[in-house]
Amino acid sequence: MIALLIRDLRLAIRAGGGFGLGLAFFLIVVTLVPFAVGPQSDLLARIAAGILWLGALLSCLLSLDRILALDWEDGSLDLLATAPLPMEAIVSIKALAHWLTTGLPLVLAAPVFGLLLSLPEAGYKPLIISLLLGTPALSVIGTFGAALTVGLKRGGLLLSLLVLPLYVPILIFGAEMARRGVDGLDYTTPLLMLAGITCGTIALLPFASAAVLKVNLR
Amino acid sequence: MGLNVSDLTIARGGIKVLEGISFALEPGCAIVLRGPNGIGKTTLLRTVAGLQPPVSGRVEAAPESLVYAGHSDGIKATLSVAENLEFWAQVFGNSDIYVAIEAFQLDRLTTRPAGGLSAGQKRRLGLARLLVTGRPVWVLDEPTVSLDAEAVAMFAEAVRRHLRGGGSALIATHIDLGLPEAEVLEVGPYRAKPAEADDFDEAFL
Repeated sequence: MIALLIRDLRLAIRAGGGFGLGLAFFLIVVTLVPFAVGPQSDLLARIAAGILWLGALLSCLLSLDRILALDWEDGSLDLLATAPLPMEAIVSIKALAHWLTTGLPLVLAAPVFGLLLSLPEAGYKPLIISLLLGTPALSVIGTFGAALTVGLKRGGLLLSLLVLPLYVPILIFGAEMARRGVDGLDYTTPLLMLAGITCGTIALLPFASAAVLKVNLR
Repeated sequence: MGLNVSDLTIARGGIKVLEGISFALEPGCAIVLRGPNGIGKTTLLRTVAGLQPPVSGRVEAAPESLVYAGHSDGIKATLSVAENLEFWAQVFGNSDIYVAIEAFQLDRLTTRPAGGLSAGQKRRLGLARLLVTGRPVWVLDEPTVSLDAEAVAMFAEAVRRHLRGGGSALIATHIDLGLPEAEVLEVGPYRAKPAEADDFDEAFL
């Protein structure tokens, strides 16, 4: 299992692996927003938390189809399926590798991007906590979507359509938590909801992903 | 125990392709599957490897004894030859990749990124993966595609050594592998009869 994780991380940082792509996309979205809405910093401060969450969600989406499609194309998915690893472990590791290469950099870069959108000082802590709690669920749900669409030619768009509605609860509670933080309100409730959603998806979805993948490999 | 297939019926895309296949693969033996294109050799091998369920019949093998190698080699282009092999060795709980590198004469290529290999060299790397898995039953689908005569001999030698070590192999191929000891199984006679529509509604579906 560790071998698979190391391989996936290594593949991500080698040429063409797509590491940093999501981060660059996040940066561009965040820099485009002030151009679109105008340079009023009080307006930006009000929408910053929502924009940052939306940007994180979209840049996470960008790399989802790579999770399984590349392994499918070169045949390694077939070989992994006959290896002594349970399919549930394979999809969990794949999701973890995706989070480490996409979600975690977003969390770490969020404070810098918050600065670009003149996010109020009180918003940083809840924003980072909410991203840290929410992005693993994005990766796990994305892996499920990738398992559903693996083997489809140009399944990327279908994958986005399938996965985005599933991201809605995470976006609601994540952005709500960051927004409450900005307004100086208590954000315990959205925090607990977000943590619950993430724990639930991590506990349940790998089984669904594995079952779907087994059917798709036939 | 090797591999025991009894009264197996398999389907591809919902259509039965082969039915009533039975054979036993003993340790130290090899079976070569032959038959025209589209008869279902790949489907049979994928079913044996457990990648798809059979329609009926049984595949019996010791748990975790099979290793499958299909049309594509599962090679990562940006990893080096050694890294590719090391990964598969670790997945299967082994560490020694030098036997495999030697058997397929990859020693001068170990640090090269696998994406820069020729088609034949990639295939040799794909076959070398079989050796690092340490599994006794090899299930191989067209292993000699894009190999030259010398590499085919290399492969035959690797199979022979594997058989001598108590392993076994089930190989689908169109060419002569130079393995006279392998039993040949012609799958043509097992072609499934076209399904009869016994249900009135089904005739319209």
